[in-house]
Amino acid sequence: MSDIDQPILSVKNLTKRFGDRIAVNDASFDLWQGEVLAIVGESGSGKTTLLNCASARMTPDVGQVSFRTRHEGVVDVYKLSEAARRLLSRTDWGYVHQNPADGLRMDVSAGANVGERLMALGERHYGRIRNEAAQWLSRVEMQQDRIDESPQTFSGGMRQRLQIARNLVTRPRLVFMDEPTSGLDVSVQAKLLDLLRTLTHQLDLASIIVTHDLAVARLLAHRMLVMKDGCIVEQGLTDQVLDDPQHPYTQLLVSSVLLP
Amino acid sequence: MYVAVKGGERAIANSHLLVSEARRGDPAIPELTLAQIEKQLRLAVDRVMTEGSVYDRELAALAIKQAAGDAVEAIFLLRAYRATLPRFGYTEPVDTLSMQLRRRISATFKDLPGGQVLGPTYDYTQRLLDFSLAADGAAVAKPEINTAMAENESSSVMALLGHEELIEPQPISAGDPEPNDITRTPLTFPTSRAERLQNLARGDEGYLLAMAYSTQRGYANNHPFAGEIRFGTVEVEMIPEELGFPIVVGELELTECQMVNQFTGSKTKPPQFTRGYGVAFGHSERKAMAMSLVDRALRAEELGEAVVAPAQMQEFVLSHADNLEASGFVQHLKLPHYVDFQSELELVRKMRQVQADQVGAAS
Amino acid sequence: MSAVTTLDPAINLDTGYNFAYLDERTKRMIRRAILKAVAIPGYQVPFGSREMPLPYGWGTGGIQVTASIIGRHDVLKVIDQGADDTVNAVNIRRFFQRTTGVVTTERTVEATLIQTRHRIPETPLQENQIIVYQVPIPEPLAKLEPREAETKKMHGLSEYGLMHVKLYEDIAKFGYIATTYDYPVMVDDRYLMAPSPIPKFDNPKMNMNPALQLFGAGREKRIYAIPPYTKVESLAFDDHPFEVQRWQQHCALCGAKESFLDEVITDDQGGRMFLCSDTDFCQERRGEVASTAALVERPLSGSV
Repeated sequence: MSDIDQPILSVKNLTKRFGDRIAVNDASFDLWQGEVLAIVGESGSGKTTLLNCASARMTPDVGQVSFRTRHEGVVDVYKLSEAARRLLSRTDWGYVHQNPADGLRMDVSAGANVGERLMALGERHYGRIRNEAAQWLSRVEMQQDRIDESPQTFSGGMRQRLQIARNLVTRPRLVFMDEPTSGLDVSVQAKLLDLLRTLTHQLDLASIIVTHDLAVARLLAHRMLVMKDGCIVEQGLTDQVLDDPQHPYTQLLVSSVLLP
Repeated sequence: MYVAVKGGERAIANSHLLVSEARRGDPAIPELTLAQIEKQLRLAVDRVMTEGSVYDRELAALAIKQAAGDAVEAIFLLRAYRATLPRFGYTEPVDTLSMQLRRRISATFKDLPGGQVLGPTYDYTQRLLDFSLAADGAAVAKPEINTAMAENESSSVMALLGHEELIEPQPISAGDPEPNDITRTPLTFPTSRAERLQNLARGDEGYLLAMAYSTQRGYANNHPFAGEIRFGTVEVEMIPEELGFPIVVGELELTECQMVNQFTGSKTKPPQFTRGYGVAFGHSERKAMAMSLVDRALRAEELGEAVVAPAQMQEFVLSHADNLEASGFVQHLKLPHYVDFQSELELVRKMRQVQADQVGAAS
Repeated sequence: MSAVTTLDPAINLDTGYNFAYLDERTKRMIRRAILKAVAIPGYQVPFGSREMPLPYGWGTGGIQVTASIIGRHDVLKVIDQGADDTVNAVNIRRFFQRTTGVVTTERTVEATLIQTRHRIPETPLQENQIIVYQVPIPEPLAKLEPREAETKKMHGLSEYGLMHVKLYEDIAKFGYIATTYDYPVMVDDRYLMAPSPIPKFDNPKMNMNPALQLFGAGREKRIYAIPPYTKVESLAFDDHPFEVQRWQQHCALCGAKESFLDEVITDDQGGRMFLCSDTDFCQERRGEVASTAALVERPLSGSV
């Protein structure tokens, strides 16, 4: 079996406890290159914990996370050294926080925010860094002339675009997103979702997006997982799950009883 | 002009003479004796010993005299002296339960075995200037000696609460290893509680007081109760290698504060009270109480509480508690910085020039 | 005339303390830290810094390093801001005169041991010399990341992108890197290091220097080192290379063009002149190779 026939990310039997509460219980799923996977569920269902364990931001108690690297085949993420894991998470991975202030350096300019990953990888040419940053601002539909401004002066939607540019500058193959649009106005949300859809498609990105909003899942995701009380109760193609939910909880979700 | 900055050697020598003269003051007034300082400024001596980390009343008195009463300067003198002392070994932990009490109070129980012993305290004096002290030689009336103190039948409030498991057991690190001596091995973060307590014990009283106060004003509230405050004399024991059993090598005065703090329990721990601990040489209640509040606040992480307030942040609290480090670094700004300033001067001129050129080009 | 001074008769050897003040066990502890520091160039070694009879922030780290390595045959030079006769330099020199009785000098070429604050002498150092820097803040990342637990990790994993973010910001804002002193360097292509608050003018002198360079931070309890002939590179971008300060003026005394100049205000009408910050360098150039004793005797007023 060649590498490309394997999932880019494979999560197996992942469990995470907080004290005696089980936040994620025996979760398994695969993610393929270029695929967008939505994790949906109400708050407290364990979806963000699952995202954090899958992205090596939080160590699970049990389970395995495998990632197919560019050059070294499939690696067990939690068996990597901390150095290798940190390198992975700032090169081939991205992580988009719900609150952009958590993912940006609010006290340095937009250009430096986008350029940081390049500099961390050893890029030492100011002109090239700046050029690259400017191009990424354009790609996330921001004006290039705001490159020297601080994110403090940006609107919520712009900050989120900047956070996305900051993540994509190293051309990651996998991006984790935690409710990336939920803090924004409806009209801003729609534009941002549109941008995300275009970018994931253009860049052939694999991505996992946590959301409580089924509309977001329908718009972006090829496949989705439904979580309840730490368990994955249903997974499948997005249209299938939404149009023909099998699990009673999913049926409730789809009929919007549990969601705002 | 240029040569005027020379002659540092002579200036320093003269400054030494000037500071001696200023310290002595009017020679017509009798010079302070060390005994006077030791006996009549006992609380100043206690503070200097505590933060100077040396229990020696006479040396502390000397330091206070030499420092013209500046506590931080006196602490500095004592610490520098301490750094040159050889170490013979470590004493056994002092047993504060068998303290010869001069004062013992609890705010948690009205009465308790051993009783409440008010002892010498300014707490219930009315803070009116006593002009009779302005006159020399007034005799002091003899106080009553409280018999409860002599009998020393007290058991600790902590032990009483411990019987019902209402308070956490004394937290002792796994394996109870010999604690790291922070004056030999520097603090590295995260710290053990033993290291934190050492740091706080020699920390600046004013700083700890402000930190402790902040916890009471909502920056990390721990619902504290003064479980027990003791002041008295304890024996210090050492085990000489050739004997193999402890012998008493001296005694010292200590103030100890056991603070009891509310704790609602966590997933793994039942609701019970938690401890904050403070201790100081001599009679230093303000210091011991403040220390116990800060100790408790710094246990936030261990107890699964959110670290949100300054007093809960280990690196913040511990890195800034030492008044020698703080005083030295703040005052080092008096030292010459010509070279750095020259560099900055050049930079600001360059920045101004660039800006002026831009304005010029635009107009 | 010999420039090496004899012991100033005014400063008596204080026999109440051990040679160089510290006890021998403490010196051994510090020397072990120094050896470790030399073995891992640029890495900050924690050590059991002692309370010294000088205040923290006034050179206690450098003093402890010097005290631990000084021997009876060493010739000591102490400078602050490049000068041997500023009060702080005088005070530290007096301390070692009192506690060691070693010969002191103002001449860089004659010193075996140089303790410095904020400068590296203009006269190139040699293989048989050791220079000891006084360091206020040893952590080059401290201003960007105050948590030590985090900076330790960044050093361990060589994650220094943040430092370049700072330089990037300078260029974006001003058009050039606006750090003028304590300018960060990479040592031996591995550890990011604070060179102490020397002007960036002095940074190139650290690179491949034949002398052993030791750094002591007393308050922060760290020692680090650059062994002889080690690569020391000032951070920069390829298209914004590292540059040192240049003056349009020459030294008003010796005419030097290539030395670091101090600006001296001469009157309240904006009059100023520029002088070498390295007083020994300036005097050597003027052929005024003077002894310390002679300098002290020099009148306090009068033109030069």
